[in-house]
Amino acid sequence: MSTGGWITMILSVGFVVTLFVWCLSKVLFGREPTEKLHSLDSIDTRDTHGD
Amino acid sequence: MANAIVKEAWTGRLGVILAVAGSAVGLGNFLRFPGLAAKYGSGAFMIAYFTSLLVLGISICWAEWTLGRYAGQKGFHSSPGIFHVLIRHPMGKFIGVLGVIIPVVIYMYYVYIEAWVAGYAYYFLFTDKLSLGGDVAAYKNFWVKFIGAHENGFLLSDGGEVIWFLLAVFILNFIIIYRGLAKGIEFFCRWAMPALVLLALVVLGRVLTLGTPNPDLPEQSLINGLGFMWNPGHVGEQLLNPELWLAAAGQIFFSLSVGFGVIITYASYLTDKDDVVLSGLTASAANEFCEVALGGMITVPAAFVFLGAAGLAGQGTFGLGFQVLPLVFSEMPVGWLFGGMFFFLLFLAAITSSLSMLQPGIAFLEEGLGLNRKQAVALLGLLTAIGCLFVVYFSKDIKALDTIDFWVGTVCIFLMATVIILYFGWIMGIERGWREAHKGAEIRIPGFFRFIIRYLSPLYLITIFALFVLFNVFGWNPQTGAFTPTSYVSDLVGEHPDEVARMSIALIVLIIAFFVILIGQAGKRWDGLAADQAKGGGP
Repeated sequence: MSTGGWITMILSVGFVVTLFVWCLSKVLFGREPTEKLHSLDSIDTRDTHGD
Repeated sequence: MANAIVKEAWTGRLGVILAVAGSAVGLGNFLRFPGLAAKYGSGAFMIAYFTSLLVLGISICWAEWTLGRYAGQKGFHSSPGIFHVLIRHPMGKFIGVLGVIIPVVIYMYYVYIEAWVAGYAYYFLFTDKLSLGGDVAAYKNFWVKFIGAHENGFLLSDGGEVIWFLLAVFILNFIIIYRGLAKGIEFFCRWAMPALVLLALVVLGRVLTLGTPNPDLPEQSLINGLGFMWNPGHVGEQLLNPELWLAAAGQIFFSLSVGFGVIITYASYLTDKDDVVLSGLTASAANEFCEVALGGMITVPAAFVFLGAAGLAGQGTFGLGFQVLPLVFSEMPVGWLFGGMFFFLLFLAAITSSLSMLQPGIAFLEEGLGLNRKQAVALLGLLTAIGCLFVVYFSKDIKALDTIDFWVGTVCIFLMATVIILYFGWIMGIERGWREAHKGAEIRIPGFFRFIIRYLSPLYLITIFALFVLFNVFGWNPQTGAFTPTSYVSDLVGEHPDEVARMSIALIVLIIAFFVILIGQAGKRWDGLAADQAKGGGP
């Protein structure tokens, strides 16, 4: 593996890992709670059950 | 008929992110991306790839999340309904037909491929059917017979085993989708996506400790395998190759599931208090992580270690996935376990994608025709079963699958994505779109994306689409300048047309016509409901 190969691999993998970890940390520890962002009653999907 | 309205939505942000990421992460992340990067020279390819991610992938993704949520607030969750809201014209809803037929038609053949990976996972874990020695031809023969690629009708007349796997995964998809958005799709993706990543990390650990398994072939080492994948080649020269840009943009485009009709549907179940900017970026980042950091480190290096560069030459996605990798795992110590884990993670990647292909159809049948979930699931199940049987019956050379994939799974997606980005940047207007996107947003979109979304993304997308048509329809050879129509054209209108290809196009046209008629009916229903509401009667 050439030096260029190492650089390409580290930059590519490093970029996507950093982006993913940063996003995930913002989602998990950001200002909004992860769960129950809004009430289930607030949206009507017109999804119906029964006959 | 006493219908009880059941209200449902995503139960949390992580749920919708995992569902969108599950839709995006598919077989292409682990099989197609590594092959393309190695083929074009990863240095140049990754430059084109990340440029496309910035200009096409993330930009269209944000536009799609925003438009979906905007229309969802007006009470519509299907693509025709969403375009009925977005384009205030009687024809507007018909543009949305793309957002229904793309996922529904792709499901018809994607579930068949899903059955292949389910079968391979089962064979590795519980049988020795894939212990076929060190000759890749044996694995090719196995795969050809397993999927019936040698004869039309073979699977249905001779009871190929893949049929049982197909039946199982088909039913599993519809059981999950019947449970609804939160209890079905979200619940499944909440455990399937972490499990997928975990399995991939275990397989990655095995690959990175392969060393040099055959001391007689010292050049076939892991380090050289990583070099085969990541060595940059002649970057400047390769960047001038238009095919490289087409391949990189296409990979980003299809990998992120933009223009698919899925994100716009999923986002419609959010409110304007919910973030779409960070959620969209996180779903995209999750996909990129699986593609580059996992797929890019597993597939090609592992194959190189056992087969060398010669064994990888000319292998496409299916060749790499169903011929080369089974050989690699069968040669590896405890390969049955790692092979089983790898194909099971592919199965998880596939089923989280196929589930997302059903929701746009279900959403349309429910809100367009007023069907309840049971009726919508039954109708969509029947329709997709017919299409799937067509693909399975005409299995020779996977001609039906390939033809439908080209015209619907590629051309229609380009069209849909173009509509979305043009609407967001030019019809809704970048300023209004920008405000809509930032409602409830936890992070700000960098300002330069205004320019990218309004100008660069449409220009880049249209250029890539033009290149795609030149290369893959007209068969342009940039070296000679000659045009030789590809088989996708000559199969339909050439001197020796292919009957299966023609029937596949007829099937696509029939499905489009079917949904156009349904959308016409849905439009009348929506107008009636709007008139009732205007009179104060309510729906």
